[in-house]
Amino acid sequence: MNRIVSLFQNFNKNVAGESGAGLLNVYFTAGFPELNDTTRVLKALQDGGADLVEIGMPYSDPVADGETIQQSNDRALENGMSVRILFDQLQHMRETINVPVLLMGYLNPVVQFGIEAFCAKCAEVGVDGLILPDMPMDVYLDEYKSIFDAHGLLNIFLVTPQTSEARIRQIDEVSEGFIYTVSSASVTGSKSGVSGDMEAYFEKLDAMNLRNPRLIGFGIKDHDTFAKASSHAAGAIIGSAFIRVLQQSTDLENDIKAFVREVKNSSEAIPA
Amino acid sequence: MESIAEKKSYQVNDRGYYGTFGGAFIPEMLYPNVEELRENYLQVLADPSFQKEFNDLLRHYVGRPTPLYRANRLSEKYKTNIFLKREDLCHTGAHKVNNTIGQILMAQRLGKKRIVAETGAGQHGVATATVCALMNLECIVYMGEVDIERQAPNVARMKMLGAEVRPATCGSRTLKDATNDAMRHWINNPVDTHYIIGSVVGPHPYPDMVARFQSVISEEIRYQLKEHIGKETPDYVVACVGGGSNAAGTFYHYLDEESVKLVAVEAAGLGLTSGHSAATTALGKPGVLHGSRTILMQTEDGQVVEPFSISAGLDYPGIGPQHAWLYASGRGTFLSATDDEAVRAAFELTRLEGIIPALESSHALAVLGRLGASENETVVLTLSGRGDKDMGTYMKYID
Repeated sequence: MNRIVSLFQNFNKNVAGESGAGLLNVYFTAGFPELNDTTRVLKALQDGGADLVEIGMPYSDPVADGETIQQSNDRALENGMSVRILFDQLQHMRETINVPVLLMGYLNPVVQFGIEAFCAKCAEVGVDGLILPDMPMDVYLDEYKSIFDAHGLLNIFLVTPQTSEARIRQIDEVSEGFIYTVSSASVTGSKSGVSGDMEAYFEKLDAMNLRNPRLIGFGIKDHDTFAKASSHAAGAIIGSAFIRVLQQSTDLENDIKAFVREVKNSSEAIPA
Repeated sequence: MESIAEKKSYQVNDRGYYGTFGGAFIPEMLYPNVEELRENYLQVLADPSFQKEFNDLLRHYVGRPTPLYRANRLSEKYKTNIFLKREDLCHTGAHKVNNTIGQILMAQRLGKKRIVAETGAGQHGVATATVCALMNLECIVYMGEVDIERQAPNVARMKMLGAEVRPATCGSRTLKDATNDAMRHWINNPVDTHYIIGSVVGPHPYPDMVARFQSVISEEIRYQLKEHIGKETPDYVVACVGGGSNAAGTFYHYLDEESVKLVAVEAAGLGLTSGHSAATTALGKPGVLHGSRTILMQTEDGQVVEPFSISAGLDYPGIGPQHAWLYASGRGTFLSATDDEAVRAAFELTRLEGIIPALESSHALAVLGRLGASENETVVLTLSGRGDKDMGTYMKYID
């Protein structure tokens, strides 16, 4: 069974989330801060307690991302990162990594690699799902879905506060794994926190009784925001805030583990 | 625009594609904005009150129709019959205003309160700031830091018109980066903001909508040419291509007349093999850029290459999806001109005809000797803009 599907099936929020915490998905950019840090960062995230990991494939023109992630993309590209090198780095990933792994990126580098070859490589190294924000749903369904399916890859769709109810239903219908719930109208990293407007939107989604679980992303940066988002979904996604940790780190392994533990477990320090 | 023929094989299909190019490759955050436009644009365009307001503004505000001028001394030099479509005489100095007038009226009808735009040479930014002043809408223009430096007069014009000019500081700090930032701004402000794309690029329906607004160029060429030579069809129509909006307007009403050769001229920069070029079809491959499947300059790994041209308006690594299809289908002929060739052509036109062209348009002029047009044939070349903004560059060559 696909690791993402089984993770959500086995996840019992009442047991797992004594502090109201759900599943934590952490994004980082491949080849950042240094070219060969990809697997180190991945392993440290797992060791720290991340439940899923989203590896960003750097792109020159990441329009859905804010400044922090764009800078990490630029740096990774300067380091010489490419899709080809990423697959080399992930070749032996499954010897040590058990958590579900997703690749996130923009469509053009994937298309240039070749969709078929790309999906085959994903299956070979043990990638479980893809997030390609600029891939239209109709193109996915008409051209790519059969290839994704053949290689056991899930495609993760996004919904935003502006997504209509009809389209949310449609996305839920074609989704498997989870739905990436964008918390506000923004690119990544530009707004922080969980506002009252957002909570109303999360509650609306909750009330829709979708078939797929949801992870909330954009604006999640620490234990507080993670716990708040988790109370409205199966969990949440941290990206830009983690990239900032990597930017400032002098001891990657320990800083990463400390960050993840703090996001997931610092509830004792915070009055209920 | 009512005269648009119903069935055109080089036009967009009902799914938003030109052959294999086009579509709407956008993140979900932009989907509602683009979908709102897609659902409404044809209906708005067909509305007689929209048509009347658009045509009145083109006539009384922009100064249309622009002349179709027979350039006698230039014709003599190249031993053929050359007509210049004088878009340089439009209000604000370039064809860009045809599109911004159309889009601001569209934005008003969609109830938008704020306009965001990207600009390269600054012509589209000025044209956008102009219509925002006219219609009293807030205007934010993203412009690459590099372009802000080399197009100072246009930056000043935008500011005087009341626009906020925001520098794009990532990547190559030129047009593609300004486009990324404008898209991000739209993502962050989805409800009340309309994004006025300046060229025939971006997700469907932008390429089609912008081409329709610019199609007034060839609509006029047809009847004006008939007054000159007794027929509506020349042998060649020539235009420069960055994203390709003046070319799209110039080609529009000739797309299905195969006797008319469509010639698009890209910027070769320092030369096609120099590593400093913006000649997309010569150097690019199919892929996805700024919301559409098109041809773009990219590395083997699919990273977008930073283009190079002396002309900020042509300094773009892609072309509109319709142009990609004209190229791939063989309907269009794609040539390129280097920086030096363009500057030489600018001086030639200036000295022969007393017209100082924009650097962009000079690329089109630079291929006149390569067309192979005979003395019995007719060439219509769109002079997309005037050269005032480029005087800083031209002055360096005056010796």
